[in-house]
Order: sequence, then C-alpha cells, then structure tokens
Amino acid sequence: MNRQTMTISLDVNGQRHVLDTAAHHSLLDVLRNDLDLIGTKECCAEGECGACTVWMDGKAVNSCLVLAVEADGGEITTIEGLAGEGELSPLQSAFIEEGAVQCGFCIPGMVMAAAYLLEHNERPTEAEIREALSGNLCRCAGYKRIVRAVQRAAGSGP
Amino acid sequence: MSIPNVGAPAGRVGGFDRVTGRQRYIADLRLEDALHVKLVTLPCARARIVGIDTSEAARVPGVRAVFTAADLPDPMPRYGVHYDDRPVLAVGETKFHGEPVAAVAADTLDAAREAAGLVTVDYEELPPVLDVRGALDPAAPLVVDPDLRPGDPLADTNIRREFRYAWGDVDAATADLVIENTYTFPMVTHFAIEPHGFAVSSDESGVIVWSSIQHPYILQRVMARVLGLPWSKVRVIAPDPGGAFGGKGYPKFEPLLAFMSMASGRPCRLVLTLEETFQAVRRNSAEVRIRTGFDSDGRLRFQDIGADFLMGAYVDISERVISKSSHLAAGPYRVPNARILARALHSHTPPSTAMRGFGTPQFTWALEQQMDEAARRLGLDRLEIRLRNLARKGEEIVPNDTPADGDWFESVQKAVDAIGWSGPLPEGRARGLAVGIKSSATAGAAYSIVRFLYDGSVLVLVGTSDMGQGARTILTQIVSDELGVPPDAVTIVMGDTAAAPFDYSTSASRSTVFMGSSVMRGCADLKDQVRSIAARLRGLPPDDIGVDRGMVTFPDGEEKGIVEVVQEGLGPVGGELIAVASMRGEADPSHPIGGRPWFYEFNCTAVELEVDRLTGEVLIHKHVTVGDVGKAINPLQVESQDEGAAIMGLGHTLMEHLVLDEHGRIANLGALDYRIPTTKDLPLDLESVIVENEDGPGPYGAKGVGEGGLLCVAAAVASAVSEATGVVIRDLPLTPERIWRAMSRAGVTPSGASRR
Repeated sequence: MNRQTMTISLDVNGQRHVLDTAAHHSLLDVLRNDLDLIGTKECCAEGECGACTVWMDGKAVNSCLVLAVEADGGEITTIEGLAGEGELSPLQSAFIEEGAVQCGFCIPGMVMAAAYLLEHNERPTEAEIREALSGNLCRCAGYKRIVRAVQRAAGSGP
Repeated sequence: MSIPNVGAPAGRVGGFDRVTGRQRYIADLRLEDALHVKLVTLPCARARIVGIDTSEAARVPGVRAVFTAADLPDPMPRYGVHYDDRPVLAVGETKFHGEPVAAVAADTLDAAREAAGLVTVDYEELPPVLDVRGALDPAAPLVVDPDLRPGDPLADTNIRREFRYAWGDVDAATADLVIENTYTFPMVTHFAIEPHGFAVSSDESGVIVWSSIQHPYILQRVMARVLGLPWSKVRVIAPDPGGAFGGKGYPKFEPLLAFMSMASGRPCRLVLTLEETFQAVRRNSAEVRIRTGFDSDGRLRFQDIGADFLMGAYVDISERVISKSSHLAAGPYRVPNARILARALHSHTPPSTAMRGFGTPQFTWALEQQMDEAARRLGLDRLEIRLRNLARKGEEIVPNDTPADGDWFESVQKAVDAIGWSGPLPEGRARGLAVGIKSSATAGAAYSIVRFLYDGSVLVLVGTSDMGQGARTILTQIVSDELGVPPDAVTIVMGDTAAAPFDYSTSASRSTVFMGSSVMRGCADLKDQVRSIAARLRGLPPDDIGVDRGMVTFPDGEEKGIVEVVQEGLGPVGGELIAVASMRGEADPSHPIGGRPWFYEFNCTAVELEVDRLTGEVLIHKHVTVGDVGKAINPLQVESQDEGAAIMGLGHTLMEHLVLDEHGRIANLGALDYRIPTTKDLPLDLESVIVENEDGPGPYGAKGVGEGGLLCVAAAVASAVSEATGVVIRDLPLTPERIWRAMSRAGVTPSGASRR
C-alpha cells in the first residue's frame, strides 16, 4: 500500500486547515476523520447515494469521489457550514416543517444537494427538483416531502 | 396548553440535529484508543478452509491482532436468536459469500485494510446450494452440519422447520373454478442508508457494546450468553439507527468484536461498508405455490398454499418470519377451508432476517394475483371480487385468532375514491388495486420509567429505538398531553441498557401500542402521586382532587399547576416523582404462533400507470396507499411512514433483486448495480390516506403503522400492468426487460394490446 502523505490546505466552512493526508484518502475521509465534521455521511463510497454531498469551490460533489489531494486549495462547505451555529437555514427549517426527515442519515447530503440547486435556480419546478436530487438516496421517506421541503424553501409551493 | 399534541402533526423530536448534521450515529462515535477491524472473506459462498497464513498481515505496522478460528475458544462459540447456530468466525467451511474467515484489528483503518488483504487463505471451493430447488435436491450438500442439530428429525435435510396450519377440509371442498400458480419473490436487501456499525470495549467489569441495533435488549441477552457473562455485565449502547427496516434487529459481528477486544485489551470498532452490509442481511426470498378454489360468484372456497422460504446459512429471526407470516397466508378474507405448509430452507446465501412486512409481502404477492386471475376468468371486477370476500369487522379470518379488527371496507373505499377506480381512463393507462394484512406483535413486554423532575420537566427512560419511525416524537406527544408539560420539557432517553429498562424489541410496528401504553400508565401513576401529595397538603381525600393536563383542581374550585403542588409536597430538600410502568402481552404457548396478534396492519393500495410498449417500462401516474391505523397520534409521521413503505414496496416491485452468480456471490453488490427507487422513480402523484376509528389496542385507540404501505404494492402494480398489457407476470421484480419479454411472447405490439 502506498503510505505516501501530502500536505494540503483546505478552506472548510470559512476556516483554513493545513494538514497531512494520505494520498488515497478522500475528501470525505478528511472531513470526517481529520476535521471531525461528522455531519457528512458515508454510505456507498462510490458516488451513488449522495450521503456525502458537500460543496467544493461552489459545486455540489460527492466527497467520497474526490481525493483529498484533489481538494487542495479548495473552498469546502459542509452541512455544518450551511447556517450559523444553533441556526437553521430556511431550507433546513422547511425539511423539518414538511416532515421530510425520518432517520435523518441521508439528510445532510440531501440538504446540501438541495441548497446547491436553490443557489442556481431560485424557483425550480418539481421536475427540476427531482432531477437535482436524483443522486441522493433516501430509504425512509418516499421523497415526496423532501421535494415539498425544497419547494417550500423556494417559495414555489407544491 | 391550548391544543392537544396527540393528533397533531408535531415536528420530529431530533429534527434539528438531523438537518444540521449534529445527530451522532454509530459511525460518528469516537472511542479513545479503539482498534479498527477489517473482515477477511473468500470470493465464493462455500469453501473448505485448508489453512490460513496470517504472518504477513501481522507484520503490517499498526496491526495488533489477526484473528482466525484458531484464536477463539474450541469448540467455536456460536450465537443466534432462535438457535446458537452462527459461528463467531467461519470454522472448517464457509457457508455464504461474506462470512468472515479471519479479522484484523489495527491502530488505523488503513492498516487493518492493508493487512486484511495480506491474509492468505488456502481453500477449496465447494458446490453451493443457492436456490429452493438446490436446497431440496436429495443429493444436495447439507448447509448445516447435522451434529449441530441434535435430536432434529430434519437434520439430514436442508429444511430447518416446516409449519403447517389448516382449517376446514380442503380436500373435501368443492369449487367452480380452481386456479393454481407458482409465484416467486426475490432476495432483496434493506439498504438502510446507514451501513451497520459495531464497537465493543471490555475489561474485568464486563463489556460495553455499541451497535446500530433495533433491539438492544436482545443483543444484551445474546452477548451475555456467548460470552458467559451475567446480563448486568453487558451494557448495550445503541445510538439511533440511520434506518433499519428489520435489518438491524439482531446481532451480527458484536460477538467477534468482544473476543477481539478481550484479547487485545483495546476497544474494537467495525463499520461495515455498504457491500458488507448487503452480505450481512437480506429479506427471505420465497416461492409460493398456491391453489385457490372459487364459487362461480367469486367467493373463496379454499386456499391450498405451499411456500418455500430460502433463509440462507443461519436462521437469525427467519423461522419466526416464516411461521408468523404463513399463519396469515390466506389474507384478510373469509376462507372456509385452508391448508398451509411453509418450509424454512437453508442455503449457502447470506442469512435473511426480518424486513418490513415480515414475510407477508411474499404471500400477498401470490394471493392478490390469484384474486385478479379469478376476476378475469369469472368476468368480475377486480374490486368486486375482493369486496365479496373481505372480512367484516369482528369476523374471524383464521380460526381462534384475532378477528378482523378494523373497518377494512372503509380503507378500500378510500383507495377506490382516491384513485377514481371506475372513472374514465386516459389512453394507454390502467389501474390496479390490492389489499394486504400483517399480524402485529403477539407478545412482548415494554417497561418504562417516567420521572417528573423538581422543575416540572420530565425524563422518560425506554428501551425502544428511534430508527426514523419517530418513537421519540410519539412518546413526547403522549407525555406532554398526559402531564400537561410542554414538549420541549420532555426528554426521552433511549438506547442504553444501563439507563433504560427492558423493552422486548422495536419490531412488528409495536412501539406506539406497547411502549406508548407503558408510558401512558407511567403518566397515570404520576398523576396519582400528585393527587396523593395534594390530598396530604390539604388534608383532603385523594378522590376529591382532580389532576388533568398539568393542573390540580381542588374541591373549592382552586386550580394549581402540578409543578407547584409537587414542589410544595417535596419541600426545600427537593426530590422527584418516579413512575415505573409496564405493558406486557403474555405469550400463549397453546396458540400456533405463540399468541394472538394485538392488532393487524391492513392496507389497500391502488395505482394508475402506463406501460411503455416499446421498452416495458412502467410509469406510475398515481399511487394511493390507505392504512387503517386506529388513531394517528401524529398524522404527519403516519402519512410519511406509509409513503416510505410504498416507495420501498415499489423497489421490490420494479427493480430490486439480489442476483447470485454460480459461486454464490452477489453479482450486483453495491449501490451502483443494486438499484433502489430515487426521486425519479417516485410516482408522479403519491397519496397517503389514513383511516381512523380509534379501534386499536394502543393509546387513544392507536394501532401500529409503518409496514402496511409496502405489503401489497407489487400486486397492485402487477394488476395494472396485466390490465394494460394483457400479460401476467408471476415473478418479481417487474423490470422493463421482464415485462418486455412477456409482451413479446404474448405478441403485444406497440400499437395495442393483444388480449388473450
């Protein structure tokens, strides 16, 4: 196994971190294990489930598919950075109000994917929401209320 | 408080932590000094282990232990729920693809992974038993060593148990129409988004086990038994599971971690990959042969049902899945004569376990298609034939069992109205409808401790798990209303056997009925205590004092808050009021399944869909799921659970199945190849409807919910697909390929159906 490490620098939720990482570690590994940002979840580790969705340089990415060294110099936003400490963004509030949350394990990734959509499309149609969230798996909730939560946050209503 | 919480769509307790990423699941726990464990498995299901060389693995820096069977007590410790049948590590022969033959513990996960890859296993692959036919072949190898089944008359077969139920006389019954078919239901997996995780620390005072488990007290019992410890020395800490659906009910690798922790003197943790999770649990696949007799007017005369369930290598809870579901195999109908034989078979496949519906979807798939075929052959409407046979409230469905406990016609009518059953259909569309029923818990015990603290807040200790179904929210609503305490002042403590008293399990949709009732009793006890205190303070008989919704009412009309009375009664020294309560359902050994179900989950599902004639793809325009829930303590949670169940049902209906290769390996191992529904598979319109008649045994007349919405989805969709295309498919899932092939065989052309 390659035990080579590299020094990388990340701006995570507005805070700068310089750290050594193994060449094969993913951004997800670094967020969870080195920076203890456990809000980002690991499920499939192959880019299919979306549980590890974060923003990197303004784009929503599956952090399990991004090598930490690829993120070097990048600006990362995780679920912990979406709203101020102890606060909720309107989207997060909408998830609670619409009953979109059950076990919650997929929710951080789901929220990050939905927030990314709303950044780029303030009034998405239902079809656009479904498309934008199609890479985020949920096994509890049946998606309907997740879609509604995004609609509520966008003020576009069901 | 102005509005009652019970019956209101109260927000989820724990919602804030879940949308902010603060919720700590098993993989988020940090144990100081913990070793990371990686399992070593073979690339086939069944193999004779000739030798294992761990020397190279042990040399990897950071590796603290490499365990094989030789490092465990001899004979190999075995564990399980029904039987102690599962070895801590494979010994002699592996029984399924994914069964560990060795395990590595290291300071880092990287080191553990690297070392696991360097364990060299000399093995000889042996032919596996992978399906029902293979298991029943007289020449088949025995999955379970007969020496492990002493005194078992079936020990020299791959049949673990046979369950037989009968009433009336099927052989003597006459019928105008007899329909006989075989239906298959595939292996599917739970696919909770949270993979399974475990950790164990040990010292001379006992072990602490962390696990994403639904039933902490079952884990405590099994761990105590396999380790030879008193229960009091096994503490189970169970963080809220990130989805479970039955898959996280029973022990998996906790015993292995305990032995590794005892040997290494360090805590050991293992978080499975999704692929390893797939190999750890699945639903029982089944083959259901069914012969049904009808009168010419469509009334059921008999059901003759034979079912083979492929359990896999170890029993886990499957024997119960099979015995319980087959007892209700004839469904929610009046069936004068029935004969049911269900067999639990071993195979060299991952062990199956409980999964939402608990064996019932397999039978419902067969039963409801039989009703459709009879309707077609007798020229009856598919709804009408069901209405002619559906049991009325109070009517017996299985002799000497719980009678129909709800107005099931009301549920069907609501589904019919919502889907517009007899309304005009747009071109190319068809509708389908089906019903399903599942037995709830037959026995159990739910203990709770309700503590009214000096400041008027309430602490509730329960052994129930909140895995997304929202048990915390429901219990909070109940306590809030019963004691008149704001929901914010109620804290539900779960998931620690050192804190919360015994709960039998979080299964069979039981928690609202069992734990809800237990907590209700705790609240009633507290109110009595408050009444006694008030009586003592005023020198009045307790019966003269009212306690309701947080207020104490005296005979002179004066009202005081409970808190004031409690504080006055306890005085400056302080203290608290404590209620210990329980709700027990005793087992009945004389009953075929150990007791009558406390309630049924009844569901009616109706769909409107179209089938692409070129590709065989199904597009669901509308999906209606109707559940008879007694009382929705939280309508939002009821509806959203039923929606989730409906979509999970669409998974096994349209796309999900574990495919095995000739080595017994799961060919579609992982999220890339095993598809579950996404937002794009969601029906264009999904509607969840609740029937509330307050006729359940739980608090305020509630029944359990959460499984019903899945039971008959496949049959409802298949019904519509047959209507749309004229072809009948008896194997799941209804993939585009399968539908396309069936249409091609039947000569269905893109321009129109060729009805037969």
